[in-house]
Order: sequence, then structure tokens, then C-alpha cells
Amino acid sequence: MVEQDIAQALAEQVRDAAGRRRPLRLVGLDSKDFYGHAVEAEPLQLGGHSGITGYEPTELVMTARAGTPIAQIEAALAANGQMLAFEPPVFTGTASLGGAVASGLGGPRRPWGGAPRDLVLGITLLDGRGRILRFGGEVMKNVAGYDLSRLMAGALGTLGALLEVSIKVLPAPTIERSLVLNLSRDRALQLMRELARQPAPLSAACHLDDSLHLRLSGNAASVAAWEKQIGGDAGDGGDFWLRLRNHGLAFFESGRPLWRLSVPPATPRLDCEQQVLTDWAGSQRWVYSSCGAMEIRDEVAKIGGHAILFRHGDGKTPVFHPLGSVRERLHRGLKQTFDPQGILNPGRQYASI
Amino acid sequence: MNEIERTRQRETLAGRLRAVIDGPHVLSLPEELKPYECDGLAAYRVIPLLVVLPGSVEEVRATLRICHAEGIAVVARGAGTGLSGGALPHEDGILLSLARLNRIVSIEPDNCCARVQPGVRNLAISEAAKPHGLYYAPDPSSQIACSIGGNVAENAGGVHCLKYGLTVNNLLGVEMITIEGERVTLGGGGLDGPGYDLLALITGSEGMLGVVVEVMVKLLPIPQRAQVALAAFDEVETAGRAVADIIAAGILPAGLEMMDNPSLRAAEDFVHAGYPTDAAAILLCEVDGGSEEVSEDIAKVRQRLLDSGATEVRTAEDDTERARFWAGRKAAFPAVGRISPDYYCMDGTIPRKHLPQVLSEIARYSDESGLRVANVFHAGDGNLHPLILYDANNPGELELAEEVGGRILELCVEVGGTITGEHGVGLEKINQMCAQFPPEELQMFHDVKAVFDRKGLLNPGKAIPTLNRCAEFGAMHIKAGDLRFPHLERF
Repeated sequence: MVEQDIAQALAEQVRDAAGRRRPLRLVGLDSKDFYGHAVEAEPLQLGGHSGITGYEPTELVMTARAGTPIAQIEAALAANGQMLAFEPPVFTGTASLGGAVASGLGGPRRPWGGAPRDLVLGITLLDGRGRILRFGGEVMKNVAGYDLSRLMAGALGTLGALLEVSIKVLPAPTIERSLVLNLSRDRALQLMRELARQPAPLSAACHLDDSLHLRLSGNAASVAAWEKQIGGDAGDGGDFWLRLRNHGLAFFESGRPLWRLSVPPATPRLDCEQQVLTDWAGSQRWVYSSCGAMEIRDEVAKIGGHAILFRHGDGKTPVFHPLGSVRERLHRGLKQTFDPQGILNPGRQYASI
Repeated sequence: MNEIERTRQRETLAGRLRAVIDGPHVLSLPEELKPYECDGLAAYRVIPLLVVLPGSVEEVRATLRICHAEGIAVVARGAGTGLSGGALPHEDGILLSLARLNRIVSIEPDNCCARVQPGVRNLAISEAAKPHGLYYAPDPSSQIACSIGGNVAENAGGVHCLKYGLTVNNLLGVEMITIEGERVTLGGGGLDGPGYDLLALITGSEGMLGVVVEVMVKLLPIPQRAQVALAAFDEVETAGRAVADIIAAGILPAGLEMMDNPSLRAAEDFVHAGYPTDAAAILLCEVDGGSEEVSEDIAKVRQRLLDSGATEVRTAEDDTERARFWAGRKAAFPAVGRISPDYYCMDGTIPRKHLPQVLSEIARYSDESGLRVANVFHAGDGNLHPLILYDANNPGELELAEEVGGRILELCVEVGGTITGEHGVGLEKINQMCAQFPPEELQMFHDVKAVFDRKGLLNPGKAIPTLNRCAEFGAMHIKAGDLRFPHLERF
């Protein structure tokens, strides 16, 4: 089928499902099926809607269909000295652009390079009525109408299926260097925050097992100067970051419930952080804990953060942090607007949407 | 409503509000209301029913609860520097000024963030963060006066967007009051919040969805050094291609600005920036970062500009010269205001690759109409500010300028761009929204608004046209003499 027909067939499937009020489970390339609550429903296969439709390196914009593999996108960008600045995790499978945006997840570069929501410029959306709508565009600055494109980043397909995404891309750094310093968690956190406050060319900062891993990205002179100032040794040559990005480190091998805490970066050790990998210079913490879900969420909420039961939940404990009554109402209202029959990934994020 | 009913309603509502808000901060006398009749787009003026200046979040909540119960429209206003009439009052509604909520709540250097009230001026945040080596990156040209609350409402840009992003990319969270008077946090202390990205939705929503009462902004380390190159070109198209060449070289300039001959000459006459007045166009390219990085990048930029056909490239000798190079660019709007009785300012954005084509089309429209067009561009991100020069005293010239403006906007949409890059739709561009969005998308915007504001009380009539209205088409002309705050930089 040609691409236009694929989009129309998908729209037809959604219209049909809406008419019958039969839920659909949105599937891209199925690399993040574990994320969120399970949706028992007929699949809406978006992986076949694939291909880069527009890329001119001097525009710093790429437009691709949602099913395009991240690997294909990154190869096309690398051939032109550019990158996806949010370093989307692809885990063990082949992730798609649509899934990367819909999940909203960012890799180690996120505090400096942005998240999907920072880089999305425009989308083609298949809403819950089976209509194909366009929001945003292919330009960096656009304040016409509400920003419904960025709203889709992290909505886990509950407001619509992404058919095409335009995304801002950035020049890849001339060189990257990894440094490893032997430091306790507390000292490492302190150093990460000190560096974040200085104009250092940091592009990743992670602490695990008494080692602080830093990545410097930029031009040769600048990286060399900071390398010398910070010290440490060169580590394993860069594989660490890929394994961190895709959860391929031994830390992630446990079958215990894995929590993702999003917190103000300088937050000192929390009671619930019993076994912790600290990423994003302190902002993102991967945690195994013997504390209960309520305890973890209460402790994190007190400091303005939130907690996601990222993997290995019991199926009953809510994966995502409670919204509170006003946010909950706004979520339900938006769901009703985009997907009045409630057929798109119902319950994957929250029971009410 | 006739005048008698109006006066009665005004007094009744003022009475109710004075029960919850400190009396002197509910304004109801004509001479008190007059200063609030317009924002930075002075051609539209409306006297609001009342002006309310709450001094606390609780007072904002109380005000909104009353308005919601009574069905009174609410227009929120920051510093009133906006250029699209977004803060234009509603004649039967209250104007809610957030100016008194002007406290910097906290600067948290370890978290690289600041928590501020909406009435805090954009530049004041960077000033407060400076002792910690940090700053707030978005720098709209009115930054000495515009407020952060207004910046959130408009998703304000500036000259450094290509590298540092817009307001939406530099926020961590906001505290918002709904029209029902409920308080809600969007975003959070970390880099993301739970659920849908309502923070992104609120940013740039032009006061249509809620009233922001606190903003958590990201602070960045102040770059060690910045350096600017000024390049002259004998063809506008060559300058346009040079922009693409710089990006192709893997450089992400902090600022990349273009001026064509009419605008650079006007600027030169006005502020004596040292621009080559015989050039068809100039580019200003600024790079920032570590000292070594800047030295390397500026050398690369210089070489690229020469390779791309620049007739002359100068790099600023020192910060004084750097400031002078920028002074001309920053004074471009008032400078053009000096050479023409009136001008009409556009704010389209286009994919950069179409810059040469759009420039030559604009030149053609200019030739055909006989109206001069001075072009000022945020060339790095494709945001164009063509200024159409006309004289409203010459019969038919205003309509002609309007027609040229309409053609330019249509061209922007045609090549895949947008009708507004950073000034917002407000009331000014509400008709052009019809050219950009089909009815289904417009209806979706209305439905999203209804989720937040079922009664349609927040800033009614702005940003999103009704489908009926799309039958009409108008455009706004700025009288040069009417540009408010003429001392503010506009770019």
C-alpha cells in the first residue's frame, strides 16, 4: 500500500472502532510495550506507516512518518553531522519515532538537549474520531493556535495516534569525551550541580556505584580545557552512555519494581532511594526501594517531584503519579475532546483516560 | 448594555470585588481605567468595565471566583507590551493586572531555577540570577519592561531562540488559577510533571486557558564569552544562502539576524552602528560559549561568510563594538518609524530554505505596489518582520499596504510557514488564523479552550477565530507614532 492509503486505512480502522466503541491498542515498533498499564484491545498498527518525508540539514528539521525506526532517523542525521538531541531510549527493540515522541522519554542528554516535547515542531494526528488533523508545522517559531503538538509528547497515544512528526534536530558535537571519577553519591551530586552551574560543555552526568560518569560534548578546544579541569579517567570509552540510554546496564537487570523519580536536581538522598542510579545531573533517579508506592509518592511529591513505576509493577499499583482533582479533570476533558469514545489506549496512562 | 446599566453593573461588581480585594486596587473611575485601554498595539482601544490589581494569589482566586459566578469576562495583563492586542480589554469584562504580583520568590542556584511571580520583569530575573553566574535565556526585545507572566502567555522569543529555545523550552512549571478559582501546578520541580504536558499547552495560550500566578524558570550558566560577526552582501539572496551555509557548517549561532538595505540604512541613520550603507543586506552572526569554543567558531563563521559571497566581514573588536553592531539591529523598528509616516509590521515564519524565494517575492510585491518594504529577520529561525512603509494620508495607500501584507502572509503559509512566529495572534491576526487552519483544527482549538473555560470568560474573542468570523478578513496597521513605549527595543 502507498503511504496515503496506509494513513487512510488507519483512519478507517479508528472510525470503525469509534463507531463500535471498541478500544484500540496503539503499536509502533513495540519496544515500549512494558511502559504503562496493559491495554487489552485490538492493535492499531502504526509501524507500517514509515519513512522520512522531509529532511534538509540546513533547516535543522526532519519530518518523518511515525513508524520510522529511530535507527534509520539517526543514521540519516549522522550522515549529515546532526542528531536527535533527546537521545530517545530504544531499549532492546527497534523503537519508532512516533513511540519515542508519544512516550516522551529522553536519554542522558535530556537536561541539555531537551525532551521530545522541546523538539517537536508539528504533527499529523489521527484523533479518536478517525480524523486526520495537522498542528504546528516545520518552523522553529510558531505561536499560531494552542500548542497541541507538544501536548502529544508523553500522552502515550491516549489523545490520538501520531501519523507524522516534524522535529527539530541539532548539529552533533565535534567531539565527545567520557570521564569517570570515583566519588560517593553525595559528593557526586554536589559536583554535578557545581558543573551544571558553570558554562561547562556537559552533555550527560550520571552517578552509579561510587562512580560519577560525565560526558563532555563540543569542540575540541573547549572539551580539552574542561577535561583537564575536571580530571578523572576515561572510563570504558563511551559504551556506558548507550547502555544507560537503553537500560542495558546491569543495574537495570533486576526484576524488582523499578521506579523513576523526577525531582529538583539538587535534592539530597531521599529515604526511599535505597538502590539508586542518579541521572540527568540529579533530576532523574532510577530507584529500587522497599518502601511502598504511597510512601515513595508522598516523599517525592513533598519536594515538587513525581514518581513513575517504570517497570515490573504488580499490575495493580498505578504506574503514573496521581494527578490531583483539578489536573485529573483537565485530563478527562482533553481526552473527551480528542477521543470522545475513549477508544485510544484507554487506561494505559491513567484509569480515567 | 446602555450607559446607565453599565454604570450600575460597574458599581455593583466593584462593590463585590472590594469586599475581597483591598479597595484602592479595584479601579472604576474613567480616568483610572483609561491607562489600561490598550497594550503595545495602540491602534485598538477599549475601556474595560473595571481594572483589578490583586496583591496576592488569594485575591486572584477570589476575583476569578466572582467573575466565574457572575459570568464576567476576564482579560489578564502583564506589562502590556504585547504587539498583537492580546491584552486588549473587554468592554464588559474586568482587566486583571498582575503587575502587583512582582516578587522574585526564590532563586535556587543549585537547582538552576528561579521561582517568580508573573509581574516580575523578564530582565529582572537575569539580574537577580547574575550573582550566581546564571541567567534566564529568552530575551524578547522588550525585556526591560515585559513581564514573565506575559512571556508565558505569548511563548515569547527573542534573538537567541535558535540555540536556547523559546519560553516553552525554558520553563519548569507554573502555578495557575483556573477560571473557577482553583489552584493547579503544571510541570514541576524536576524536568517533567505527571500526565499530559499541560505546561506546554498553557505556554503561548494568550491568557485563554487560565491565569498564571507563579512561574518556575530554568536558569542557565552565563556563557564565558560572546562574539559577533557583521557581514555585508551585495545581494539579499546571497545573504539568505549564507544563513544556510553557516548552519550546514555545524554551527549553532546564538543569534543570526539579517537586515536588508532599507532597514540597515534607517538603523544606521538613527544609531550610527557603523553599518555599510551600500550593502544590499547585512548579517549579524553571534556565537557564544567557552572562550576557546568562541574563538574557533567565530573563525569558522567568518570563513563561511566569505565563502558564501560576503563582500566584507567584520568581527567586533571588543564588547563596545559588539554592543554597537547590535544597537542598529535592536533599533530597527523605531528607525523605520522615522523614515515613514506609517508602517505595517509582519511576523511570519518560514522554513529557512525558502528565504531567498520569499525575499524576492516580497521585493516583487514592493515593486508592483510602489510601497517600500524594509526587512528585518531573525534569519536563523526563519522569523520575518517585513515592515511595509506607507502613508495613511495618501488615499488608498493603507488598503494597498494591507493587500501587500496579506500577500506576504499567504506566501508564508504557502511555503509551509506560519502567520505569527512570536508576536501572537491576539486580536491583530485573528483573521489570518483562518488562512492557516482549516475548520476542523480551529474547532479543536475551541474545544480545548472549553475544557479549561467552559463559559468562555477568559480573554474572549482573542487568538482563535470563530468559524463564522473566518468569512471576514482584515489586517492591522500600526501607526508609527502610535507604537507605545517607543523607548523600548523592538525586534
